[in-house]
Amino acid sequence: MSAIALLGPFGDAIDFIIHPRDAVTGGVQVGGIGEVLAFTWAHVLLSGAAILVSCAIAVPIGLWLGHRGKGELLAVSISNIGRAVPSLALIAFFVAFIGVGFLNVTIALVLLGIPPILTNAYVGVRQVDREVVDAAEGMGLSTWQVIRTVELPLALPVIFGGIRTSAVNVVATATIAPLAGVLTLGDYILSANVYGDAGRIAGALLVALLAVIVELSFARFQRAVTPKALRKAQASGSG
Amino acid sequence: MGGAVGLVLAAVQIRDRSGEAATCISQNKICPGWILDNFGRYVDPLLEHVVLTVVAVTVGFAIAFGLGLLAYRRRWLIGPITGATGILYTLPSLAVFFLLLPITGRGFLTAVIALTAYTLQIIFRNVVAGLDNVPEEAKDSGRGMGLTDSQLLWQVELPLALPEIVAGVRIAATTTVGLATLAVYAGAGGLGSEIVAGSNITFRTGVVTAGGLAVLLALVFDVVLLLVQRALSPWKRVQTA
Amino acid sequence: MANQPAASVEYREAVKRYPGQDEPALAGLSLTVDAGDICVLVGPSGCGKTTAMRLVNRMIELSDGDVLIDGQSVRRRDPAELRRQIGYVIQQIGLFPHRTIAQNIATVPKLLGWDEARTKARVEELLDLVSLPQEMRDRYPGQLSGGQRQRVGVARALAADPPVMLMDEPFGAIDPINRERLQNEFLRLQRELRKTILFVTHDIDEALKMGDRIAVMQKGGHLAQYATPQELLMAPAGEFVEDFVGSDRALKRLALLRVRDVDLWQAPLVRPGRPTSEARAALAGSDVPHPLVVDEQGRPLGWMSERDLAGELVPERPGTTATPRIDQDDVLRDALSDLLQSETRYGPVLDAEGRVVGVLSVELVSEFLTSGDAVTLEAAEPVDVEL
Repeated sequence: MSAIALLGPFGDAIDFIIHPRDAVTGGVQVGGIGEVLAFTWAHVLLSGAAILVSCAIAVPIGLWLGHRGKGELLAVSISNIGRAVPSLALIAFFVAFIGVGFLNVTIALVLLGIPPILTNAYVGVRQVDREVVDAAEGMGLSTWQVIRTVELPLALPVIFGGIRTSAVNVVATATIAPLAGVLTLGDYILSANVYGDAGRIAGALLVALLAVIVELSFARFQRAVTPKALRKAQASGSG
Repeated sequence: MGGAVGLVLAAVQIRDRSGEAATCISQNKICPGWILDNFGRYVDPLLEHVVLTVVAVTVGFAIAFGLGLLAYRRRWLIGPITGATGILYTLPSLAVFFLLLPITGRGFLTAVIALTAYTLQIIFRNVVAGLDNVPEEAKDSGRGMGLTDSQLLWQVELPLALPEIVAGVRIAATTTVGLATLAVYAGAGGLGSEIVAGSNITFRTGVVTAGGLAVLLALVFDVVLLLVQRALSPWKRVQTA
Repeated sequence: MANQPAASVEYREAVKRYPGQDEPALAGLSLTVDAGDICVLVGPSGCGKTTAMRLVNRMIELSDGDVLIDGQSVRRRDPAELRRQIGYVIQQIGLFPHRTIAQNIATVPKLLGWDEARTKARVEELLDLVSLPQEMRDRYPGQLSGGQRQRVGVARALAADPPVMLMDEPFGAIDPINRERLQNEFLRLQRELRKTILFVTHDIDEALKMGDRIAVMQKGGHLAQYATPQELLMAPAGEFVEDFVGSDRALKRLALLRVRDVDLWQAPLVRPGRPTSEARAALAGSDVPHPLVVDEQGRPLGWMSERDLAGELVPERPGTTATPRIDQDDVLRDALSDLLQSETRYGPVLDAEGRVVGVLSVELVSEFLTSGDAVTLEAAEPVDVEL
């Protein structure tokens, strides 16, 4: 107890995570591993669902546009606009106009997650050597076969980079999902009047940790799908 | 600005304004009239928002630019700095606000620190990439003519890297505007305060106005910086080769 | 214009070794380049010619031995200060894209602290010298063609009037037609300025054309032979040099002779709008059986065809074009090549301003080669020709 106390507020936050305690407003017990895990699971579930749907929508469209070589302005603008829309405004917009609930928040997060994936899918396909694509088409592969067997594998690292960016953004935004009635780890932060200062800091720690884990996992993924030859070139070329 | 917005919105829906505010809130439609009447309440948050963004991006640029110059000469630093700024980029701003809470408390400073941290990676990356993309032959001929390393950097390499660096600052600025909406949670105000304070989050007109202003602000920063980028690279405009 | 006298450059057992490599890049080079000479370093890739050149301005540092400019070792001088006194032209030119042509040319003068007025005057002077219009001053390199950029590169190198110039395959990235022109113009420039130039190329033909003395280098950084073009062709030192110069040595001697050495034929010159009777009259007793139409400045517009001669007045656009246009300062080898490629028998020979000074033909070239004049000229040392 003394070692944890030395860490001050952070120590208290860690204690909050491990041991349940009385709520500030009194009456119920808050904190503790059980609750933390429940919130974490909700956070992951929400984020995961949103990312999957984003991918399902953005990847095919991005691949298609990239293959055709059309819509460069669209692909780039979508990213710029996506960056300019604040996540808080987006969630608030959905709450104000459509209401609360898991589905609504998921849709909002899907919209948030699409731009980086779409843009990266487009760019990823564009930077595939045109000669390789030419050769494939010359051999008689259909459009979708070319996309599936040639462009997609070569574009995968870049696409994964986009998914990685999206994932981190979605996880970060899922923090304010409690505003829409879906209780994620963000609740510790947003409802500090219930959980107290310790809860607030605990929430911050947990969200930060989750984000870092997601980022590192996706980075690993991205490296895994980068063909060995490209990996070597990247290691020696860029710093 | 209020006048211009008002004129546009008024042209869309002209109606009797008496009792407007009450009906607007109770019916929860989008009412341009309400925006016109209440525009005053957005001025302060908007200003706070602008200040937050400008300070964060300026400080972020100063730090990232310095790091970029450092890493350009000592290439082994690029990896570690990219990693460190990357972690700062990954941490959700909201979380950072509260991790800083015990140290810097609530308020402007906390928000600025978090927002600044977020800009570092993109600007650093663009500084290094911009310098790397300077044509090799310009550097060779420059050195061969007798420019010292420092002269080469400031007279040749940096000017040529500038477009890419400013592009990085643009991205940082637009993202910071978006994130600054969360600054309300750090007690630093900003447009976010008009979105979440009280029961505002269900008030449609309010949400649209605050959100719309944020998007507009981001676009303004983007365009202004784009113009700066163009002004700093006159040779790109006339390129025929 | 050339205020600073040229300097001599001397290599004394200059060696360059790179760590981890058995063979040195340069194995003890010793040679002297006299002030005002063009020394061409030529050889296959990997022979150390570029390395040797870059030792002079310390872009590459000596491992052993010394390089002296006017007797003073380069090692004793601060590299940046040294380089400001040496003109430097590389293959890709390396103009600063973000600066105007005028600013590019003014780079070294600015470094040396020249005042505005002096710099401006010098830029004007140099643009004229490399035959570029003054309007180019405020353009950016991105707006220029390859040949124009190359000229700016030369102007930039000459800006501070350096006593020594280093040129690394300066015309390598230019197309063959413009390369010939640029070479001729550069030789004209050199006759006026008389700078000491170290010129690197892999092309033996260019070496023979441009060099006062040629250093043939072998892989491993060894000097195979250092001699005048004549000596190289007549008395190659060893198998490598023989092979490198090529088995068409006799033909290559055409590179040693210039068009201006030949006693040119004269064609009757007529102006557009004049009565054709004048043209017909001028044909009598002329070397060339066709009249050449020229403008007021004496520049060729075309040959008159039979049809043109039958008309009333000399036409502005004659029936046959006046190609190939042969530069007076060109080497006979290139002129003959141009003549053989074109369909006409006669090629107008032009001076630096594009005015007709005579006519060359294949017949005339062969006459000249077999005459006594050619042999004497080959054996003689290159002379300073007054402009």
